[in-house]
Amino acid sequence: MSTDTEAPIYNKSALEFKSSSFSSPVLAIHSTELKQIKHQLKEKIAQAPEFFRNSPLLIDLKFCNENEEPIEFEALIEFLHKESLFPIGVSGANEEQKNIAFKFHIPVHTIRGAHTESKFPTQSNSTNTPKTTDDKPSNETVETIKNMLITQPVRSGQRIYAKGDLTILSHVSAGAEVMAEGNIHIYGALRGRALAGVQGNTESRIFCSALHAELISIAGHYKTSEDLDTLDQQKPTQILLQDQALIINNL
Amino acid sequence: MARIIVVTSGKGGVGKTTTSAAIAMGLAKKGHKTAVIDFDVGLRNLDLIMGCERRVVYDFVNVINGEATLRQALIKDKRCNQLFILPASQTRDKDALTQEGVGKVLKELSKEFKYIVCDSPAGIERGANLAMYFADDAFVVTNPEVSSVRDSDRMLGILASKSRRAEQGEEAIKEYLLLSRYSPKRVKLGEMLSVEDVQDILSLHLLGVIPESQSVLNASNSGTPVILDEESNAGQAYADVVARYLGEDVPHRFIDEEKKGIFGKLFGKK
Repeated sequence: MSTDTEAPIYNKSALEFKSSSFSSPVLAIHSTELKQIKHQLKEKIAQAPEFFRNSPLLIDLKFCNENEEPIEFEALIEFLHKESLFPIGVSGANEEQKNIAFKFHIPVHTIRGAHTESKFPTQSNSTNTPKTTDDKPSNETVETIKNMLITQPVRSGQRIYAKGDLTILSHVSAGAEVMAEGNIHIYGALRGRALAGVQGNTESRIFCSALHAELISIAGHYKTSEDLDTLDQQKPTQILLQDQALIINNL
Repeated sequence: MARIIVVTSGKGGVGKTTTSAAIAMGLAKKGHKTAVIDFDVGLRNLDLIMGCERRVVYDFVNVINGEATLRQALIKDKRCNQLFILPASQTRDKDALTQEGVGKVLKELSKEFKYIVCDSPAGIERGANLAMYFADDAFVVTNPEVSSVRDSDRMLGILASKSRRAEQGEEAIKEYLLLSRYSPKRVKLGEMLSVEDVQDILSLHLLGVIPESQSVLNASNSGTPVILDEESNAGQAYADVVARYLGEDVPHRFIDEEKKGIFGKLFGKK
């Protein structure tokens, strides 16, 4: 060994806090009947036992808390543990449920957009017949959607993640990655990767003024540059999802 | 306060050291007191290009470790008394550089010098990161080919996010493009990216186009910064670059193919 090692190395740290995003299944509870929940959950697990084994799980209690009857939350958690599922968070919980969650070391979240994938017909109903609002608004509706605006070119190697819509006034270079839970608007050329609706919003779209993308994806449905070769790429383009297929249109 | 310039590219072999030597000499010849630092610890080259390799006693790492003072380590150029060279250590590796150490040296140099040119190593690891961390201006050296352009793009992303100015939320580093080893003839044949192609991808302020030239290799071999070869295209191009950087309005040259007359063909210097 050389004597170099004696010199203190200031910049080497043993740990680092990083921010990352990953997807996890969300279990939205619609009923307070524990028996019914258990029965249906067992059925679901039987369909894909490998998928559910030791899987992390977010529990969404918003819908079941709209019922009069309280759910036996503690029993539910114990049941999930027994089925080798790991609850890693609870959202839409009331105070009592929050306390139970803490007891089981489960963090309490407010997941925005957790219900977008749900087939429960609250969304369409609420838009058609607006509810007479209560005096106290619920936590979920207060949260604003965070749109993001980028004025500089997105360089190779950079990653951008927007909670809402993402607007980029310049181009996206090859080797860059832009992601949004909503739509992506690119006023320059798209040469890198663009992933819209990353939380499963199938309504989101990608717009760009020239399409030379490495990869485009909407709600997990993707195409790579190989599939995009035949297109007229210099025109303003939109990409949307229709019947599970990516549609690419010139605007 | 000194202005700290980093000469960077991401990719190797595009002409970072040649550029560092040329613009440092150019700035010094314009009367500005200039220091040029080799950040390529372990693979030092700048001293060769500057022709001072036989005068190296102490180096950058010695200064950082407190084994020598700056005054001892700085080598005064024999051709221009406004120019000083701080060579890299050849026996260490990049881990010998620390952010605190580099910051301290740059701060001390800032007191005395007008411009500090940091010759970055290739790559995006420690040496390159430290070379650009404290920079005020960045000269991004790019060759007109796709891999170099992409690496420059990556480097620009790092400049925008990992520099001191970015971390402290100050005004962003000023980025300039230097397109080197450019051959209008090969661009015409479609073998090279054109200035427009590169600008389309990088959208940067073009500081100058340095033509591919035999004189660069000759200059490197003889340890003379190519800017001192006033006859050569490359030397003139670098002189233009320095002038433009200092705010002079100099039209771009060497982008289009020169039309040579019969005398030019016979006697023209490449």
